[in-house]
Amino acid sequence: MRLFILAIAVTLLLAVISLFVGVSNVSLQTLFSSDAEGRAMQVLLVSRVPRTLAILLAGSSLAIAGLVMQIIVRNRFVEPSTAGTTESASLGFLVVTLFAPGWPLIAKMVVAAAFAMAGTALFLRILRFVPLRDVLLVPLVGIMLGGIIGAITSFFAYRFNLLPTLLAWNMGDFSGVLRGRYELLWFGLAGTILAYIAADRFTVAGLGQDFTTNLGLNYKRVMTLGLLVVSVVSAVVLVSVGSIPFLGLIVPNVVSLMVGDNMRRTVPWVAVMGAAFVLACDIVGRIVRYPYEIPISVVVGVLGSGVFLYLLLRKRQNAA
Amino acid sequence: MIITSGLKKYYGETAVVDDVSIQLPAGGITSIIGPNGAGKSTMLSIVSRLLGMDSGSVTIDGLDVSNTPSDVLARRLSILRQDNHMTARLTVHDLVAFGRYPYSKGRLNIEDKAHIDQAISYLNLDDLKNRFLDELSGGQRQRAFVAMVICQDTDYVLLDEPLNNLDMKHAMGMMKLMQKACRELGKTVVLVLHDINFASWYSNYIIAMKNGRVVRQGTPDELIRPEALKEIYDMDINVHEIGGHRVSLFYD
Repeated sequence: MRLFILAIAVTLLLAVISLFVGVSNVSLQTLFSSDAEGRAMQVLLVSRVPRTLAILLAGSSLAIAGLVMQIIVRNRFVEPSTAGTTESASLGFLVVTLFAPGWPLIAKMVVAAAFAMAGTALFLRILRFVPLRDVLLVPLVGIMLGGIIGAITSFFAYRFNLLPTLLAWNMGDFSGVLRGRYELLWFGLAGTILAYIAADRFTVAGLGQDFTTNLGLNYKRVMTLGLLVVSVVSAVVLVSVGSIPFLGLIVPNVVSLMVGDNMRRTVPWVAVMGAAFVLACDIVGRIVRYPYEIPISVVVGVLGSGVFLYLLLRKRQNAA
Repeated sequence: MIITSGLKKYYGETAVVDDVSIQLPAGGITSIIGPNGAGKSTMLSIVSRLLGMDSGSVTIDGLDVSNTPSDVLARRLSILRQDNHMTARLTVHDLVAFGRYPYSKGRLNIEDKAHIDQAISYLNLDDLKNRFLDELSGGQRQRAFVAMVICQDTDYVLLDEPLNNLDMKHAMGMMKLMQKACRELGKTVVLVLHDINFASWYSNYIIAMKNGRVVRQGTPDELIRPEALKEIYDMDINVHEIGGHRVSLFYD
């Protein structure tokens, strides 16, 4: 408990730092000086606060989506970007952009979420035919499925001259976040809260279908709820800031090592650690090449693939 | 009482459970024995609604398992299958606590907590209760699963090969514990067993299956006999009586 409070404190500290890092000079001094029509205050309210909120919401909800996914698939190495979910959401977003470019963002998000759900359901269906359900085979199947869906998406984006747009979605980046362009991410918070409310049900489902049925729960219904959380969160983050790979993989795995897999306990941890991790990565991305920025997906991707490799090798050592 | 009538289950063309109509008496230990592929586990799964049947019916104290709400059944009957491959890192205490889910839906009250502590000490897991399942030996983990099922506090406890992974001492301990649970807590325990000596020594009733059918049933005295075992297992088995129990010698 004391550790958890410390984690929250660190996250808040990072959030405050995030408010004051950037090209425009925003500091306590400029905020309260009466220069040039309160420019610093404007930057803070229009750009920095939305950006920091977007990071907190996207980071926590994506990490939760990864956690839920790992529980329902019963595999440590899946998350939306290794299960075809993100790529399906991206395809859905492309389809709706082509056929109904005038629709409001929220309607596009719903279409992307529906595609994400269908793609993930397809992944789960394919998994039934994977012999032995090897621990490492499962994410490989997901990555291949994602590759196929991604190729289809790229093909149509290329035909309709939307490749640059597609690239922009696939490259998660918080630099474009302004007031009025991130609010959909609050749906991610709803996903996190839903995951907490249904935490016991998810943990039971994570014990397997027979255990779940024995305890009187409807396994299919819990799986569908999990799919819903994962799909909505993936779609919301994709349309708001783009995809952030590996995040949903690293954070739940680290938390699992620390406090185990009882979701009643892990959901708050995963949410806080997810937010803190993305905040730290975003701050690094803003500082490394100051005054330019490195997109968050690159920073998380580099760190994340490293941690992913470490977890894979560690698994192999344990198995041997 | 658990009653099955005309139970059938096909995998493709082959009937794995073929027209099984039995009555499992309430109270005491009933063992289901038979060679590999006899349909024992499949039948247990159908009785406990983990698996659907192709025809026939199962009732538990008059409740039809096909249309009784699952959470109602979860307070009457619990089932533990073999090889519980588990990826989740849970502590023994948390796992056992989930046995209360059918009652508490996740919000444990004082009564639930008493059940949890009782189940943990019933299986001598007090020293291990804060350990993660993946840190335990196979036998300890098996005991933790059984503790969860005991914590579920159902009249009927169905266990599919509960002695797997257990050494002689713990296998015997498990069977004695089942006897104790029947005697003290009024449970009805139904087990799938491979070791016919365990079945003979501890059961009140034995059901023998072969090729999806029930070929014999009765008390150990009626069933553990050379001619019956020959019919069930297709091998000559000597039966000796030791201390009032019938013991089979099947080593050649």
